[in-house]
Amino acid sequence: MTHDSSQSPPDRRVALTVLAWLWVGAPLAYGLYELVRKATQLFTG
Amino acid sequence: MSPPVAPPGWSRRLVPPAALSVHLAIGQAYAWSVFKPPLESALHLNGTESALPFQCAIVMLGLSAAFGGTLVERRGPRWAMTVALVCFCSGFLISALGAYTGQFWLIVLGYGAVGGTGLGIGYISPVSTLIKWFPDRPGTATGIAIMGFGGGALIASPWSAQMLASFGTDSTGIALAFLVHGLSYAVFMSLGVFLVRVPSGERPVPGVPGAVEGVRVSARSAVRTPQFWCLWVVLCTNVTAGIGILEKAAPMITDFFRTSSTPVSASAAAGFVALLSAANMAGRIGWSSASDLVGRKNIYRLYLGAGALMYLLIALFGDGSKPLFVVCALVILSFYGGGFATVPAYLKDLFGTHQVGAIHGRLLTAWSTAGVLGPLIVNRIADHQKAAGRHGASLYGLSFAIMIGLLVVGLAANEFIRPVHPRHHVPAPGRAPDDARQQPESA
Repeated sequence: MTHDSSQSPPDRRVALTVLAWLWVGAPLAYGLYELVRKATQLFTG
Repeated sequence: MSPPVAPPGWSRRLVPPAALSVHLAIGQAYAWSVFKPPLESALHLNGTESALPFQCAIVMLGLSAAFGGTLVERRGPRWAMTVALVCFCSGFLISALGAYTGQFWLIVLGYGAVGGTGLGIGYISPVSTLIKWFPDRPGTATGIAIMGFGGGALIASPWSAQMLASFGTDSTGIALAFLVHGLSYAVFMSLGVFLVRVPSGERPVPGVPGAVEGVRVSARSAVRTPQFWCLWVVLCTNVTAGIGILEKAAPMITDFFRTSSTPVSASAAAGFVALLSAANMAGRIGWSSASDLVGRKNIYRLYLGAGALMYLLIALFGDGSKPLFVVCALVILSFYGGGFATVPAYLKDLFGTHQVGAIHGRLLTAWSTAGVLGPLIVNRIADHQKAAGRHGASLYGLSFAIMIGLLVVGLAANEFIRPVHPRHHVPAPGRAPDDARQQPESA
C-alpha cells in the first residue's frame, strides 16, 4: 500500500497524507468532543 | 527488519500521523479505570487488586523504555512499532481470555506485563524518527506525538464505557470488550507500521536548516554526564508537581470550596478533571512548540518557576477564589504536559539525534519515580491532616509547600545544564572526531 504510493505521483501522495491525518484525527475529534461535553459540567454542574 | 528508509519524494507530513496512530492507541492506559468497577464485581476483586494490571503496565512501560531503547534505536521505528502493536494488542487478547475464564492473573500478565512492554516500546518508537525528520521544529514534532498519549485516554474512556454498556459488565462482556479493543487497536496502529520511514542519510530533509547534525552522544555515555541527571531531576520534579494536582483533582476542588457559599458538586468536579486533561494535552503541543522559538532551557524555567508561583497562589489565595484556583491548576497541568513533550527536544539539543530515542527511554525512569512520589506526597499528607482533625484547603497546604520546594530544586537543576563536553561526543561516520565536536544550539 504505502510502498506503491511512495513511488506515486504527487496527487496520490496528497491523498495518502489526507487519509493518514483523517485516520488519527477522527478518533481524536471524538475524544475531544466527549471531553468538552464533560468539561462544561464545571460551569453547569 | 531493517529501518525503512524513505524513497525520494516521501513527505515528512506522513510521519506525525504514523506516530500518532501508536501514541493515541497506547494512551488507552490512562483509561484503565473504566474497567475497574466491572472487574471488581465480576471477579470479586477489591480496589487495590483491580489496579494491579495498570500498575504493572506502568512499571513495564518504564522498564521496557529504559532497557529496550538501544534496541529500538538499532532496529528502527517500524520494528519498534510492530513490537508495540503485537505486545499491546496481544495483551488485550490474553486479558480477554483471563476475563472469560475468570483467571485474574492472566489479565495482570496480559494487560500489565505484555501490554506494558508495548507501552514502553511504543512510547519511544517515533521520537528519534520525528526529530530526524523535523530538525527545524523538534519540539512541535515530538509535541504532536506525545500529545497523542494524552489524547488516547480521551478516546478510550468514553469508547470503552460505551462498549461495556453494550456488551454487559459480567465476565463475558468484559472479555468481549477486551477482544474488540485488541483487534481494533491492531488495525489502528498498523497505519504507523506501514507509514513510518526514516530520512535517508544521503538526502537530508530538503529545504530544512539545521538538518546536519553536530553533537553525537551515545546512550551509554549520556547517562554518565551530569546533564542527563540534571534533566532527570528537572523531569521528575515537574511531573511530580503535575501529578500532585492530577492525582486528587476532584476531591481537592471539593475540599477547597466545601465551606464556601457555592460548594463544588460531584459533576462539576468531574468537569474540572476533564478540563485538566484538556490543559495537559494543550500544554504538550503548545509549550513544546513554543520551545522551538524560545529555547529549551527558557521553557523549563517557565514550567518550573511559574509552576512554583501557581502553587504559591493556590496555597495563599486558592480557597478564596474559584476562578483563581481553576486557572492556576490548569496552568500547572499545561506545564506538566509541556514538560513531557519538550524533553525529547531538550535531549536532542544536548546529545544530538544519534541515540536520542534510547536516551529518552532511560530518562523516563524519572516519570516512574514521579509516578510514585507525587501521589504518595499528596495522599499521605492529606490523610495525616485529616486524622489531625483538619479539613478543607488546610489538608493540602503542606503538600503544596513541598511541591514548591521540589519545583525550586528542578529550577536549580535546569540552571546547571550546560552543553555536553566534547569528550563524550561520538564522531560521525566518515568524519574526524574534531569535526563532530560542535556545541548544541539552544541548550
